[in-house]
Amino acid sequence: MNAKTEELNRVEKKDLFDSGHRACGGCAQALAARLVHDAAGKNTIACVATGCLEVFSAPYPDPCWRIPFLHSLFENPSAVAAGVEVAYKALKKGPVNIIAQAGDGSTADIGFQSISGMFERGHNVLYVCYDNEAYMNTGVQRSSFTPYGAWTSTTPMLNKTRKKNLPMIAADHGIPYVATATVDDFRDLQRKVKTALSIEGPKYIHILAPCPLGWGHSGELTVQISRLAKDTGLFPIFEIIDGKVTNVKKIPVKVPVEEYLKPQGRFRFLFKKGVPTEEVAEIQKIANQNIERFNL
Amino acid sequence: MIEIRIHGRGGQGNVAAAELLSIAAFQDGKFAQAFPSFGAERIGAPVQAFVRIDDKKVRTREDVLHPDYLIVQDYSLIEMVPVLDGLKPDGLLLVNSEKPPEELNLKTTATVETIAATEIAIEIIGRPIPNAIMIGAFCSITGLVSLEAVQEAIMARFPGKVGENNVAALERAHEIMQKR
Amino acid sequence: MLKQIEGSQAVADVVALCRPNVISAYPITPQTHIVEDLALIVGQGKLDAEFVNVESEFTAASVVLGASAAGARTYTATSSQGLLLMAEVIYCIAGMRLPIVLTCANRAISAPLSIWNDQQDSMAVRDAGWIQLFAEDNQEAADLHIQAYKIAEQTFLPVMVCMDGFILTHAFEPVDIPEQKQVDDFLPPFKPKHTVDPNFPLGIGLYADPRFYMETRYILHRAMEKSESVIKEISADFAKTFGRDSGGFIKTYKLEEADVAIVSMGSVVGTIKDFIDQLEEEGKKVGLLQICSYRPFPRQEIYNVLKDKMNIVVLEKCISLGRGGILASDIRWSFPRAEKKDRNISSFIAGLGGRNITVNYLRDMVERVEKEPVELGFLGLKKELIAEEDL
Repeated sequence: MNAKTEELNRVEKKDLFDSGHRACGGCAQALAARLVHDAAGKNTIACVATGCLEVFSAPYPDPCWRIPFLHSLFENPSAVAAGVEVAYKALKKGPVNIIAQAGDGSTADIGFQSISGMFERGHNVLYVCYDNEAYMNTGVQRSSFTPYGAWTSTTPMLNKTRKKNLPMIAADHGIPYVATATVDDFRDLQRKVKTALSIEGPKYIHILAPCPLGWGHSGELTVQISRLAKDTGLFPIFEIIDGKVTNVKKIPVKVPVEEYLKPQGRFRFLFKKGVPTEEVAEIQKIANQNIERFNL
Repeated sequence: MIEIRIHGRGGQGNVAAAELLSIAAFQDGKFAQAFPSFGAERIGAPVQAFVRIDDKKVRTREDVLHPDYLIVQDYSLIEMVPVLDGLKPDGLLLVNSEKPPEELNLKTTATVETIAATEIAIEIIGRPIPNAIMIGAFCSITGLVSLEAVQEAIMARFPGKVGENNVAALERAHEIMQKR
Repeated sequence: MLKQIEGSQAVADVVALCRPNVISAYPITPQTHIVEDLALIVGQGKLDAEFVNVESEFTAASVVLGASAAGARTYTATSSQGLLLMAEVIYCIAGMRLPIVLTCANRAISAPLSIWNDQQDSMAVRDAGWIQLFAEDNQEAADLHIQAYKIAEQTFLPVMVCMDGFILTHAFEPVDIPEQKQVDDFLPPFKPKHTVDPNFPLGIGLYADPRFYMETRYILHRAMEKSESVIKEISADFAKTFGRDSGGFIKTYKLEEADVAIVSMGSVVGTIKDFIDQLEEEGKKVGLLQICSYRPFPRQEIYNVLKDKMNIVVLEKCISLGRGGILASDIRWSFPRAEKKDRNISSFIAGLGGRNITVNYLRDMVERVEKEPVELGFLGLKKELIAEEDL
């Protein structure tokens, strides 16, 4: 293994996103944020959207960030990051890692305009989406990343739309690097962050972030639930480099979606006395489609 | 006008406790106001909830700064947050703790009562949510709201097994306090 | 029926009784419970309406604009950042004379981020051509929505019902929720004036060059002025039908005999009333002028009740940065110039970003204005948080 590969695969712990924040126990976003920033290193500026991350990591007077941190609004982290990037260019400063980051609410919905613009203009910015599949900070309301069949407080009769596929939308903007990742595999997640930051141009990393409160499971199950999301095919793991899907993580033993759905309170309406409803079959279809599409 | 302040951590049902007390007081024919004081949704963060009960309309919107009654659902907060601030000198403090009041060494002239609410909750409800027990104990000690009204309020809010378990816990707490 | 419920639930229940055809709102603390409660009401089939979950407030407002232009009775709700994000559409809606009803759960504005109450948000759009009504408590918040639809559909001006976020939205207190029949009798079906209908093609939202634009603004301004009588009438009608006073322009509390007059709006008036009663026991005469209709601004009514008051203090939860109190400016302007009187009008800012307004602060305020007028004061300011050079 050469030095570069070794470096890419090394698990980093630098405490740049330090302890002392106020996330719920078992919060995957907090874990992911720690992994992302430790992989990125000190020479990084974080442009964060309003959401759980901002609220639990940056209350005055004690934010937990040990790198520079800029928070403006819910819908504009990409635009703000773009601004930081062009300023560094204009002032001939840098190089510096710029990471725009947000939850699914900002990424998929209210900040969609912003992110599309940033991708299209080709800014040298890494965008990280922590996807907990609903607006968790404000009380579990649906987003366009909420999966089919999930209960949220604004889809009390269960969400009937399909999860929007932002990794593919990002790739179709012609950006050089897209990846998906989960928090149960530190090495893989950090390797992807390091890879992304070594590439010039817009990059997108989509991290599935189970939320114990919003998904209705206890904090200790976060890592396990991430694994199940992968192994059912519901959250495919891959990279898209210069438009080509690559490094797909295959699933040797496919797990039926029921095993993923049963432990989560948000899917409890899909089981009447333990018997799955027809929505579960729909969800299995979605998993099967992913398995076929990405050859998992 | 009676003022109650509830302290706890997010996830312990502090806000629900305030709301249930206010609903029970309403059922008993009183005017009640209940409202929370917190930040974004987060488990474990310190939370306060306030209740005012009166025979006439409650108009003020201040936080409860001088409670007659203080209910502390999480003992660990006493060291971290100025929980006792403003408690009336002849007021009552009810703490979720298995220790007897003397062992808590609290600097207050108010009456202190304790009940092992978390333990009872785990036993009867199966989850460490102490609010029903705290309310049950509170009703018994103060007689401020009727037990029946609280039972009704719980069943209306949490139908089925959850409600039944909480009512059982409520009644157990009431029994315990009556015996003392 | 009288129920002990959360303010948000009361609003959702009452809005449902008003039978909107289209609801679109984007969740934002502290309005979230209203939206969630309505989602459940529609989801359970208790209200036959289209409930559209959208990707931002800008879209929510745009959806209700389109729906209203198509002839539907509509509803949306927001706070703070959401209201600012939809500001463009807010102006559009007024310019198009669409009778939309919006709940603003008043909340402070970023930066820095605050989810807590103040009234800066609705103040930011006070000039847009929306009627703005402020609720004192949850009963009034509920009642104002019923009145709002009637006012909007008569005047073809959109109506914003403002209720203090968290303080009212998240408070449990008794609210009488009317019966469906009572609301149906009070609020007839919506009769739109202009819609997009192939049977009668109309252009809504045309382009107006300098030859035409100015008159649209004059007409809107006159419409706001004329709405004053409608607001009064409908409040009186409401009182007759439902048996309680709510809405209207202004209310007063122990003002006639008062030596000091406090002017304010929103939920803080509850605290002020308790304070006034306390002072009365101490032999002091302080009174309250409570503003319900902030836009249109009831200048004449205000002048009528304040004209004999020589010591007036305006308390508000907003500030025009670089100028001072917003409501205070409006009040100072309410007195005709020609009138030469030794009147003191003090301005106090309080409760920004959810800072609790206590009776002690009110006491300080009155003690200060009894000594001398205060051009601009801040209640409960923590000087220890402010650097010397910034004081």
